[in-house]
Amino acid sequence: MAELAYWEAIRRAHDEELANDPMVLAMGEDIGVVGGTYKATSGLYQKYGDKRIIDTPISENSFTGIGIGASMAGLRPIIEIMSINFALLALDTLVNAAAKIRYMSGGRVSCPIVMRTPGGTAHQLAAQHSARLARVFMSTSGLRVVTPRGAMEACGMLKSAVRCNDPVIFIEHERMYNLREQVPDTEYFRPLEGAEIVRKGTDITLIGYNWSFLLCMKAADMLERDGISAEVVDLRSLKPLDRETIRRSVEKTHRVLVAEEDEAAVGVGSEIISVIIEDCFFALDSQPVRIHAADVPVPYAANLEHAAIPDEHDVYQGALKALGRI
Amino acid sequence: MQRKLAWQFLYDMTLARQFEQAAAEQYTQGNIGGFLHLYPGEEAVAVASLHAAEASDYVVSTYREHVHALVRGVRPAAVMAELFGKATGCSGGYGGSMHLYDAEHRFLGGYAIVGETFAIAAGVGYWLRMNDLTHVVLCYFGDGAVNQGTFHESLNMAALWKLPVLFVCENNRYQIGTEIHRHSAVPEVYRRASAYGIDSRRVDGMDVVAVYEATRAALQHVRAGNGPYLLECETYRYRGHSMADSGAYRSALELAELRARDPLDGFRERALAEGWLVAADCDEIDSEIDRVVADAVRFAADSPQPTDLGASVYREPLDLYGGRP
Ligand SMILES: Cc1ncc(C[n+]2csc(CCOP(=O)(O)OP(=O)(O)O)c2C)c(N)n1
Ligand SMILES: [Mg+2]
Repeated sequence: MAELAYWEAIRRAHDEELANDPMVLAMGEDIGVVGGTYKATSGLYQKYGDKRIIDTPISENSFTGIGIGASMAGLRPIIEIMSINFALLALDTLVNAAAKIRYMSGGRVSCPIVMRTPGGTAHQLAAQHSARLARVFMSTSGLRVVTPRGAMEACGMLKSAVRCNDPVIFIEHERMYNLREQVPDTEYFRPLEGAEIVRKGTDITLIGYNWSFLLCMKAADMLERDGISAEVVDLRSLKPLDRETIRRSVEKTHRVLVAEEDEAAVGVGSEIISVIIEDCFFALDSQPVRIHAADVPVPYAANLEHAAIPDEHDVYQGALKALGRI
Repeated sequence: MQRKLAWQFLYDMTLARQFEQAAAEQYTQGNIGGFLHLYPGEEAVAVASLHAAEASDYVVSTYREHVHALVRGVRPAAVMAELFGKATGCSGGYGGSMHLYDAEHRFLGGYAIVGETFAIAAGVGYWLRMNDLTHVVLCYFGDGAVNQGTFHESLNMAALWKLPVLFVCENNRYQIGTEIHRHSAVPEVYRRASAYGIDSRRVDGMDVVAVYEATRAALQHVRAGNGPYLLECETYRYRGHSMADSGAYRSALELAELRARDPLDGFRERALAEGWLVAADCDEIDSEIDRVVADAVRFAADSPQPTDLGASVYREPLDLYGGRP
């Protein structure tokens, strides 16, 4: 085992998959010579050359489209979009093309791209650089959406994503790149589907994904000090969604909270709670609780940004509410 | 050159240099958050082009826009307070460094999505044209932005509808760490305008006088109803792309060569040699700017934070154009 930072884990997955298959390539703004804004491709340009590690112009929709076309012909592009905010510019080709090509062709043509991108708020990046957007991709049939919670998942899931024959949206988080975790030295894969109960508990289920999962884990520690046993579920894959794991957990604890960093409307929380109401409504002992951002564009000022975005204390308070303690 | 104009050039370029220096220091001290993109090296572009423009012209800029706002006349204290995220900032603390606004000075924003400004500027131009106004929109953008589809789409519409937009390219040769020959098939940005029948030229962006003259000619062309114009200014940024970037992908030699052509030093020398200014003017400007910048920092530090998270998401109460139906 070795301790890797999240960015190092992503770099390792690239390196292993590039070495494994000459059809794999990576493309994006400043990923080559500079090695990526978060260093996730550092050193790979030197190792694999400019045909396979491509520095692109600022043309998100078209370089993503080029990745899509290349994938239809046989390449396996890992497309980095520097920040999820800029993925909005590539939504046309991702949603109108990548998500639908397989279906439109009656299963005859597939589109095996990975689009990796960091979402999330981070230290006052302000309104145009703080989008989360998981809910946008999650609402699109034909895309797979995964959200690794740490270095272990990041490396293993990215490797699976590269080998997956569907388009995979791989959502990282700006504030997670330096988080460290033990990772096996030998090659391993992590599944693209399935939620995971990471912490077992009996009194309440806390559900999150990447950053919001970490908030749930911290809140579970706080609840434990109050003598409350929280079960924490990492969704891992937002699409497809593992309804079964969610149902089993809620049927055990009878109370549930869903945490997301995004705004609430038409969001991850609304979807999960709908699923719970459909699948196990009568297991609930109290109203489900959603923890989410304020319904505003993310403000720049530090104090307002802090107020706009949920933290572990909000999750903790929300859990107490679900438990009828406040 | 008139003494007054020379004085303004030197004043604004010195202000630009010192303001950005102070911003870098405040960022390092943790008083400014987020991304901070600074302008040293590029001063001649904003200073000359905005002095060539009228106060009634509109400005749309990028995330590297502090200096454009300052030259436009937005108070240094209001810009610095915005960088500090304070309620007294020109965007009330909601926008930050990348999103300065000042409607009164017709400064319609800094935008952080590369390529977004082209269409927004053309839209303002459409309004001007519909109302037969002779003002112009100055639209600033980098060399990296021209590879975004919006550049081509907007230039086409601006030319088609003869919109009064002056597209000003701040070509500093880099799209973060990607050098222009690695991101553009046609690295002479001005040549791209011809695809849409738009007149254009390239000018030495390290020379404030040259940029001023080129901008005046370009504005005349636009004001005469000929539609848009594209002015490419060849410039350079001394610092990394933002405070998060060391700029290590550039050689020390390249940096030294460009610094030797520093727009501020070059103009000061020339102004003294030509007799536009005397040494005492330079000293006076330097000490005045020291005071202005120090005051701006103090004002920002002493100002209160904004308090209302939901304040300006919508205009409230609901306000219907033309009155309630
Ligand atoms: C649509 C979009 N893609 C990527 C980015 C990230 N980004 C910010 S600035 C920049 C480089 C822009 O270079 P250029 O247009 O030359 O302007 P400069 O910063 O050099 O002034 C990039 C890639 C962004 N802000 N928006
Ligand atoms: Mg540039």
